[in-house]
Amino acid sequence: MLARPDRFFEDRFGLTTSVMERLLGSALSRADHADLYLEYRVNEELVLEEGAVKKASRHVSQGAGVRAQSGERTGYAHTDDVSLPNLEEAARQARAIAERASGSAVAAVDSGRPPHDLYTLAEPPIAADLGRKLALLREVDAAARGADPRVRQVIATLASEDLVILIVTPSGFTVGDVRPMTRLSVTVIAEEQGKREVGAFGGGGRVAFDFFLEGERWRRYVAEAVKQAVVKLGAIEAPAGTLTVVLGPGWPGILLHEAVGHGLEGDFNRKGTSAFSGRIGEKVASELVTVVDDGTIANRRGSLNVDDEGVPTGRNVLIENGVLRGYMQDRLNARLMGVAPTGNGRRESYAHPPMPRMTNTLMLAGQDHPEDIIRSVSRGLYAVNFGGGQVDITSGRFVFTASEAYLIEDGRVTTPVKGATLIGNGPEALTRVTRVGHDLRLDEGTGTCGKDGQSVPVGVGLPTLRIDGMTVGGTRV
Amino acid sequence: MIDLLREVLGRATARGATEADAFAVEDQSFSAQVRLGEVETVKHAREQHLALRVFVGRAVAAASTSDLSRESVGRLVEEAVSLARITSPDDLGGLPAASELAGRVPDLALDDPVGHDLSPEAKIELARRCEGAALASDPRISNSEGGDFSDGRARYAYATTHGFAGEYRTSSFSLSVSPVAVQNGEMQRDGWYHVSRQRARLDSPEEIGRTAARRALRRLGARRVKTAEVPVVFDRDTAASLLRHVAGAASGPALYRGASFLLDRLGKSIAAPAVTIVDDGTIAGALGSRPFDGEGLPIRRTVVVERGVLASYLLDTYSGRKLGLPSTHHAARDGSGVSVSTTNLYLAAGDADPKDLIGSVKNGLYVTELIGFGVNGVTGDYSRGAVGLWIENGELAYPVEEITVAGNLLDMFQAIEGVGNDLVMRDRTSAPTLLIGKMVVAGS
Repeated sequence: MLARPDRFFEDRFGLTTSVMERLLGSALSRADHADLYLEYRVNEELVLEEGAVKKASRHVSQGAGVRAQSGERTGYAHTDDVSLPNLEEAARQARAIAERASGSAVAAVDSGRPPHDLYTLAEPPIAADLGRKLALLREVDAAARGADPRVRQVIATLASEDLVILIVTPSGFTVGDVRPMTRLSVTVIAEEQGKREVGAFGGGGRVAFDFFLEGERWRRYVAEAVKQAVVKLGAIEAPAGTLTVVLGPGWPGILLHEAVGHGLEGDFNRKGTSAFSGRIGEKVASELVTVVDDGTIANRRGSLNVDDEGVPTGRNVLIENGVLRGYMQDRLNARLMGVAPTGNGRRESYAHPPMPRMTNTLMLAGQDHPEDIIRSVSRGLYAVNFGGGQVDITSGRFVFTASEAYLIEDGRVTTPVKGATLIGNGPEALTRVTRVGHDLRLDEGTGTCGKDGQSVPVGVGLPTLRIDGMTVGGTRV
Repeated sequence: MIDLLREVLGRATARGATEADAFAVEDQSFSAQVRLGEVETVKHAREQHLALRVFVGRAVAAASTSDLSRESVGRLVEEAVSLARITSPDDLGGLPAASELAGRVPDLALDDPVGHDLSPEAKIELARRCEGAALASDPRISNSEGGDFSDGRARYAYATTHGFAGEYRTSSFSLSVSPVAVQNGEMQRDGWYHVSRQRARLDSPEEIGRTAARRALRRLGARRVKTAEVPVVFDRDTAASLLRHVAGAASGPALYRGASFLLDRLGKSIAAPAVTIVDDGTIAGALGSRPFDGEGLPIRRTVVVERGVLASYLLDTYSGRKLGLPSTHHAARDGSGVSVSTTNLYLAAGDADPKDLIGSVKNGLYVTELIGFGVNGVTGDYSRGAVGLWIENGELAYPVEEITVAGNLLDMFQAIEGVGNDLVMRDRTSAPTLLIGKMVVAGS
């Protein structure tokens, strides 16, 4: 729909690239780095509940952020009134910081990568016909109610977004990106003898609306949501204490995001406040473990052609055969640490300055058959679906909460257990990985990561994994 | 801003809307972050936002924009009305009755007309003093995630096609710091903050800094403990988080969807008799106060739990109609439409000295921080990561970490054996220290 971000902002707001370069050049020439970020975003959300689409909404937001950096200082100003006088004012405010610092001796290192083309779509999801979207939501509702008589409530949400960004720097560097996104979420509530449980599943990515219809993919979302709710109706209390845990493939990769991902973001390591600070080259995981953050996988939710500072994303190796190899960087932290930016500078919107963030974080496949991994455990927990997680970056303590889990008894998956939080210590948890499956799977495409009040879409991926000794926060002592 | 809203509503009516409401927000903010004494980030921002909800017959849709140009506002109206033509009609939809609307907009002293009059340098200095006090308080506080000052002013306006129009201004000021304590290779971060609508009432930067340092220091030397079923004391902040889960389950949308552990519990005992929970949006100068709710209904004080009995749900007009109850005036607005939110929610103070609550525990946990999302709002099942201090023979003995606390919220509230006398309304949700008789703590 909007193939040329530079022309888009020129046509819409009269902001030509040369006008913006001049603005930056005059205001911010003494900064170590300066940039102007323009954004135009349209969101649409359709919600079905109680059998009908009763909520529909559409949102437009636009704005600009101007940034100046000198040494460790960042001045950031943003406005949602995208006119030249406002941008000039924003630039003046950002400059106020830069002027007081003397030039920094730290030189920027270029990432040297070309931008990607990972999600060009014939028809962006937001442009797809509303009638087709409504029809899909109704089919989801009917399928969920038909799947099991215990299903009492179905909530299905179809969200679509189109985001156009343009980044301009005083050196004449201009890069734009058009980023489509869509997500279909299904939540069901099942009831049996006065007991209620919830199940939720969904998927999406930087894909067209037809993605949900391919091979009737949406039916799997429905089946998984219904299965989760119904299984939990029969779940017993989860055990409490230290257990061997087997994680299923895909979304349980949230383990990586919490246990090592955040702790390997450049800002915490530049400041020395991460449990992983200063540990490059050290062994932080079992030699079976290789973890990468890969923003270059086509059509994935966490992927980007360029990050929000215009740096092309990459496939960055974080842990290789158990050894810590690298951090994820934005321009500021890369410059201050004397390394190249890695394409991980991201921001929620024009209202936020960028910081180092994950894209798609995954563990590479190992050798083991998933069935053999389960068979190898005499008593443990098999967790296949998770809610959210959180980490204390400084102490390294992280949690993530299982929403679908089963006991493993004598090598067999047996009784479902209630949701329980798993807790561990980042630099140590992956040293206890003893088996890695050959079944690497990426998540379905619904993940959102929060940091310092900024949310960005991310992905994770994991093969079946055995960890010997994780604390399971159940209620059965 | 009200003129703009009236114009938008007029245009919506002209395009075929039978009823509509609109709100606008205008926001200016500043923030400064200082780390190890040096300015790290300074942000200036100006934002605006217009949201419209239209009914066409009994069908509803919403649209919002940050672009208030004439052309964009025209598109907003077109999009909302055309979306409302594709959604399904709902007989319970629609604005509240005109007779229920707030008659006047009370002045709740939510803005500070003089407090924003500080230079950026002076604001940066407040953040620097706050962090400086933390760093100076102990040599083991040797690093920091930084000290922050921020302030913002906002103007909110809301109008409906059936005659309501009101607006109000708010101010907010906040100071926070996250120091890192280091000892024998162990690193522990903690923090402290204060938020106020009046700058003059903000805690002193030094006090915030010293409190943050104390909190980080007391985490040093943390151990794990053995899995056990023990009494658990929640400090004021973690106790307030328990209240938020109850409020979530008492909110109308969760109830009519059947997604709440408080379904069909109105008038029944859901907590120990010592528990009274109140939501009061009328407190002058408080962070959660507002002069009218998101549908123009007058704000009030609601007793949610009275001596252990669930006395009221938290409802907007639509969820109230779904449940056959009147709105409790808890509507909140976002661009997608109406939701439910609390105002100033608190658990009323009891008469126990918090020291005595800890003193009554022979072997148990004092929780100071909770992490993770292990709360199931449908069943009340609760399992979260915890940080705190272990209680031995009534004394705080040593810090603990890498443990979880688990139970079920209904059981936990019934098992409240002590309510502290230390309630301070320092945030939108506040609680005194609470003692829960028994929970499962999982560790090694």
